[in-house]
Amino acid sequence: MTMPDTDHTASVSAEAVRFSVAGRALVDGVSLALRPGRLSVLVGPNGAGKSTLIKLMTGELAAQSGRVVYQGEEMRRIKPWQLACKRAVMAQSESMSFPFVVHDIVRMGHDGLGRHLSRAQRMAAIAQALRTAHVEHLAGRRYQTLSGGERQRVQFARVLCQLHAGQAVEATQTLFLDEPVASLDLHHQIGLLDAVRALTRKGLAALAVLHDLNLAIAYADEIVLLDEGKVAATGSPASVITPERIAKVFGVDPAVVSGGVRPAILPQGFGAGERRAEAPF
Amino acid sequence: MPAQHAAPVATLMLDQRRRVAVGASLLVLIVVILAVISIGTGAVTIAPARVIETLRGAVLGQRAIIESRDGLVILNIRLPRMLMGLMVGASLAMSGALMQGLFRNPLADPGIVGVSSGAGLAAAVVIVVGDRLFGHIAGGSFARLPIAAFFGALISTSMLYAIATRRGRTSVATMLLAGVALGALAGAATGFLSFISDDRQLRDLTFWALGSLGGATWSKVAALACGMAILVPASAFLARGLNALTLGEAEAFHLGMAVQTIKLAAIVVVAVAVGASVATSGAIGFVGLVVPHMLRLMIGPDNRLLLPLCGLAGGALLLAADIVARIVVAPAELPIGIITALIGAPYFLWLLLREEQHLS
Repeated sequence: MTMPDTDHTASVSAEAVRFSVAGRALVDGVSLALRPGRLSVLVGPNGAGKSTLIKLMTGELAAQSGRVVYQGEEMRRIKPWQLACKRAVMAQSESMSFPFVVHDIVRMGHDGLGRHLSRAQRMAAIAQALRTAHVEHLAGRRYQTLSGGERQRVQFARVLCQLHAGQAVEATQTLFLDEPVASLDLHHQIGLLDAVRALTRKGLAALAVLHDLNLAIAYADEIVLLDEGKVAATGSPASVITPERIAKVFGVDPAVVSGGVRPAILPQGFGAGERRAEAPF
Repeated sequence: MPAQHAAPVATLMLDQRRRVAVGASLLVLIVVILAVISIGTGAVTIAPARVIETLRGAVLGQRAIIESRDGLVILNIRLPRMLMGLMVGASLAMSGALMQGLFRNPLADPGIVGVSSGAGLAAAVVIVVGDRLFGHIAGGSFARLPIAAFFGALISTSMLYAIATRRGRTSVATMLLAGVALGALAGAATGFLSFISDDRQLRDLTFWALGSLGGATWSKVAALACGMAILVPASAFLARGLNALTLGEAEAFHLGMAVQTIKLAAIVVVAVAVGASVATSGAIGFVGLVVPHMLRLMIGPDNRLLLPLCGLAGGALLLAADIVARIVVAPAELPIGIITALIGAPYFLWLLLREEQHLS
């Protein structure tokens, strides 16, 4: 099997990664490069392999073939704490078994990164993360007493704190977000994605899984459409989100409004294709 | 002076730190008072002032004091017993907190989930058939018990972890039930050993089953001190990792923790601590459950504070229990395990009911 050439301008690149469970390929030879300054959004139907791809790129799972490279260095050679300086991950649904307060959870963001920061810098990283994620007023609250949306913002604050602390060691950083706005109201969805976009403007590379195609279109510099473990299309929102692709991949009949600056999706019901039979409703 | 409302987070953390500092100083004071009372308690009652005077004399090497009756009682019997109580309590409470961090569950306790039984079985093997198995190895017989108990605890902790944890998630029900099964298995094997043992061995085994600080010697103190010398620095090293593990294994890895190393180290350290305490004082239950849980209610779950305070509070609890054990049926004494079980078992039931409410 031939490897694609390593892309040295990328912050992180997956090179033909493959991962299968019980003979079924969840991620099937995906190559993807994340570049500094860009927000890439991963979209695709349930079971397309989005979360698995994120797990492969963050090191939580090891690819069965292919490899993941961080700025020219193969990921499996990088120590956990060094990797944590290079990338932060906001995963789905995090529960806590002990009643930590919000401040302590955010502080954990820099706990794994060795001792590169002064006490004042660490306090500043926490305070700034709490502010950016709009959870400053929750700092003394126990995690268990928070709503789903508040918990998600706290996890976002923890991730921001990790990025902030990691900057002392690593200039090129990548942020992975797996459905970061799933439990958020519209106001906070926009708040979180604005914050991510602001960070990418400062040079961060980001990969986010989003289910809301309109949010994806609004925020993505690049959309990666994943279907059945393979990249079905990649490129600018306008080039990837077309009525034909949406109908084919998601099995719905969309009206894509393309009058404005960016297209918008208005689902019109299930499509006529073979996917209808699989629809659970 | 920065305005307080401008830094609510800093104020919050200052409050927390002040509370912990006050709590820690209070605990140290309690430990010192209990230590003096403990040394004074027994067949011969020695007044606190006399205890302090004797200890001071011993430190300064004053022969008249060391060779006095009180001096002999204190230095040969009471002082090692007090130190054992302190270190066994600290080991049990800290290993309880470590196990709870590892299993991410407040109900994990070395006594409840069979780790102590495993250590006890290995100790029983040494007591009953040790001479036949290791008799040809000259010397080092005093180290056999602690080493055997360590391996017993290591094997049962590893087995429990392998059974109860799948893909980084621990099932509480599986952990408790597997712990009961492992405990029962070790208990049956220990029962068989007591069946084939002679009278002297049987006395030793009975002492183990109930737990006691009665047979305190300086060599047991030394064994415990070795355990503490591993446990204390390892706890400091593991605290952050265990905090991160609360978020989940994947998240801890994302945060930069060497998750497998942390888990392995926690299992080995728990085995060292439980092995040392079971080898020297038998199976004393529930300390590892009650102490961390009560402290968590007071200072929160941050392991960097929780683990050292568990050491102090566990030591205090066991010293207090040992004083009670010697007073209630004086001049005889109760096995200390009875007292910790009387406190701990109802607490465990209450906790179980409360957890159930939380889950349903």
